[in-house]
Amino acid sequence: MANLLEVIELTKRYSQGNVFDKTVFTAVDQINFHIKPAEVFTLAGESGCGKTTTAKLILGFEEPTSGEIRHNGIAQTRDEKPWITKGVQAIFQDPFSTFNPLRRVEAYFHETVQNFHLARSKQEAVDWIDRKLRLVGLTYPEIAGKYPNEFSGGQLQRISIARALVTDPKLIIADEPVSMVDASLRMSIVNLFKKLRDELGVSILYITHDLATAYYVSDRIAIMFRGRIVEMGSVDQVLMKPRHPYSKLLRDSIPQADPKQRWTTSVTLAELEQQEYLRQGCRFAGRCPDVMDICKSVVPVDIHVEDVRIQCHKYADSAVPSSLEESQP
Amino acid sequence: MTAKKATVLQTENLQAFYVLEMQGTQKVVKAVNDVNLQIYENEIYGIAGESGCGKTTLLKTLFNDIVPPLRLMHGKIRYCIDSAEVDVTSLSAEEKRKLRMEFISYIPQGSMSVFNPVQRIRGTFRDFIGSHVSGKNRAEIIESTYQRVVELGLPQNVLDMYPHQLSGGMRQRVTIALASSLNPRIMIGDEPTTALDVVVQRGVIQMLTEIQKSLKNTIILVTHDMGVHANVSDRIGIMYAGKIVEEGTTEQIFAEPAHPYTRFLINSLPKFGDKSMRESVPGSPPSLSNLPQGCPFHPRCPHVKDICRQQMPDFTQLDHDHKVACWLVGEQQHG
Ligand SMILES: Nc1ncnc2c1ncn2[C@@H]1O[C@H](COP(=O)(O)OP(=O)(O)OP(=O)(O)O)[C@@H](O)[C@H]1O
Ligand SMILES: Nc1ncnc2c1ncn2[C@@H]1O[C@H](COP(=O)(O)OP(=O)(O)OP(=O)(O)O)[C@@H](O)[C@H]1O
Ligand code: SF4
Ligand SMILES: [Mg+2]
Ligand SMILES: [Mg+2]
Repeated sequence: MANLLEVIELTKRYSQGNVFDKTVFTAVDQINFHIKPAEVFTLAGESGCGKTTTAKLILGFEEPTSGEIRHNGIAQTRDEKPWITKGVQAIFQDPFSTFNPLRRVEAYFHETVQNFHLARSKQEAVDWIDRKLRLVGLTYPEIAGKYPNEFSGGQLQRISIARALVTDPKLIIADEPVSMVDASLRMSIVNLFKKLRDELGVSILYITHDLATAYYVSDRIAIMFRGRIVEMGSVDQVLMKPRHPYSKLLRDSIPQADPKQRWTTSVTLAELEQQEYLRQGCRFAGRCPDVMDICKSVVPVDIHVEDVRIQCHKYADSAVPSSLEESQP
Repeated sequence: MTAKKATVLQTENLQAFYVLEMQGTQKVVKAVNDVNLQIYENEIYGIAGESGCGKTTLLKTLFNDIVPPLRLMHGKIRYCIDSAEVDVTSLSAEEKRKLRMEFISYIPQGSMSVFNPVQRIRGTFRDFIGSHVSGKNRAEIIESTYQRVVELGLPQNVLDMYPHQLSGGMRQRVTIALASSLNPRIMIGDEPTTALDVVVQRGVIQMLTEIQKSLKNTIILVTHDMGVHANVSDRIGIMYAGKIVEEGTTEQIFAEPAHPYTRFLINSLPKFGDKSMRESVPGSPPSLSNLPQGCPFHPRCPHVKDICRQQMPDFTQLDHDHKVACWLVGEQQHG
């Protein structure tokens, strides 16, 4: 069976600054991953590492600089709208920016129902929308006639999930869908993802910083750092036994819900986020506790250790060589 | 605990409701419902509670930014400005504006709204700071806020970027830099680290606490991340349906949660490395425009008693600093 989604050597370059002082940097750098049908795949990592850019590329909101995105083996073309042609839907980080403050939220639902010819009458449309809202613990009467600012962040996020469900998508790109909701609701949303996967066969690209829920809900995970996927594998491998020094730092920075285990050490953030992007060799070398000489000049390529794919020179010896990878200067 | 702590902000039976006119009928959303807070100088006061329980509204109210449809129905908000108590709700619009940034600043949920999308970050700084300082050293102060951006670990060229060019994480750090730039006595953070990865979150929290330590000011912090509360909050208020239902030191809240809602909250936290089904709070949140009678948690409470359905419990003092509003606790005291 073909993969639902395949991302091949996907690259996106941006230029920043003004005409006189322009830097071109690679926000997404030759990334490779796939998502199977009925799978929750997590993309986690540094703020600003390129997760949302990856999501935008898959959604066709941005053009890749190079690389390819395939849905069921068929390449996505330029100008294609995957939510129309490929059954891909999206949920974003900030529900407040998803909805126009001057428009009633139910209008978004009716518009989608109409565009996709999902109902023949007003009542059918309302019933259809109500069913989707119930999946997220709301009902049509609870949202009817209301504007976005009449809802809290958490309520609005559940509404945007329901909206994504209107077209019965095969793949949902969820960009930080739980970051604005409380712990209890978070669990109900990720439990909903489980349900969608197990009962409806929907796949989810779950972009999140919440590694505890990522562990709880996902099958596989990729850790991104400065545009590259530095570690990828099952959540049990990657989160319980992180190998890449950045994955370890990530893992160790999860705040414990226990005042007796407060942080005692401080963490150093990258001084210049952009500089790490432009760095030669491994982009983590400036902060890595295990840095070696080679790290400063040679970009680590994908290697396989057990079932995990990893980009780090530390593991060069224990690696199973991956024949297909070409090293980049 | 030795010296009595100085109060910097206080509320008295604060009620702030959204009053909405809909097709001739009036709908009232009781988002802040009888809140009594006493917040000290030099502390981090955490607020936790369900999505939609009124945390953002409470913060807006504390920030004295009460604009329709939100209305102050009852109660007082007092700031302690240079040792003088000021009832801030009666101030003029200009006086209110003056206090913002300089005395109390706000880091909102979803920081995109802070910035003008067609203006570079530098311009936002110039506008915000420029509207608060005047005179000869104005340029100097503006310049020093640019410097702070760098001190806080952000690249200098961030000032030349447009908001949409920044990742969520970067944007939030810029917002915090802006909010702290005039050394306010109170900084209000509404989910300030929500969009950040855990490493940057840790760095930002570190940055916030360092700012707090050096200014010896107060941070009022709303976050859903109980791990963050555990790490930085000195005291925590638990909010449910527009009310503070429990308050205690962070240790008390985590070790001896007394309100049934607080207990659910603490127990629903997913444990890393544990895939077993987590129990979340049963039932659904009450509608703030149609609150149940009595204790607002009673329809979801496993320990509900008759009195809970009829009357809202008062606070019972459990310990120094620790109080809870629940009929199960200290029944004899309720009389
Ligand atoms: N339109 C754009 N023009 C220039 N740079 C951009 C643009 N969009 C994003 N970037 C940059 O690309 C990088 C990746 O951004 P992206 O939003 O994909 O990160 P992210 O992983 O989603 O971050 P976060 O976790 O904070 O949401 C960032 O450094 C950002 O500043
Ligand atoms: N402008 C408004 N008009 C009417 N009702 C509103 C408005 N803003 C918020 N509300 C309602 O007031 C209640 C409290 O909202 P608030 O944003 O304060 O919650 P919150 O605790 O901050 O939630 P979250 O954790 O999801 O951010 C919610 O029921 C919401 O629907
Ligand atoms: S390649 Fe080197 S610098 Fe990069 S993470 Fe591995 S050890 Fe650290
Ligand atoms: Mg993002
Ligand atoms: Mg809020």
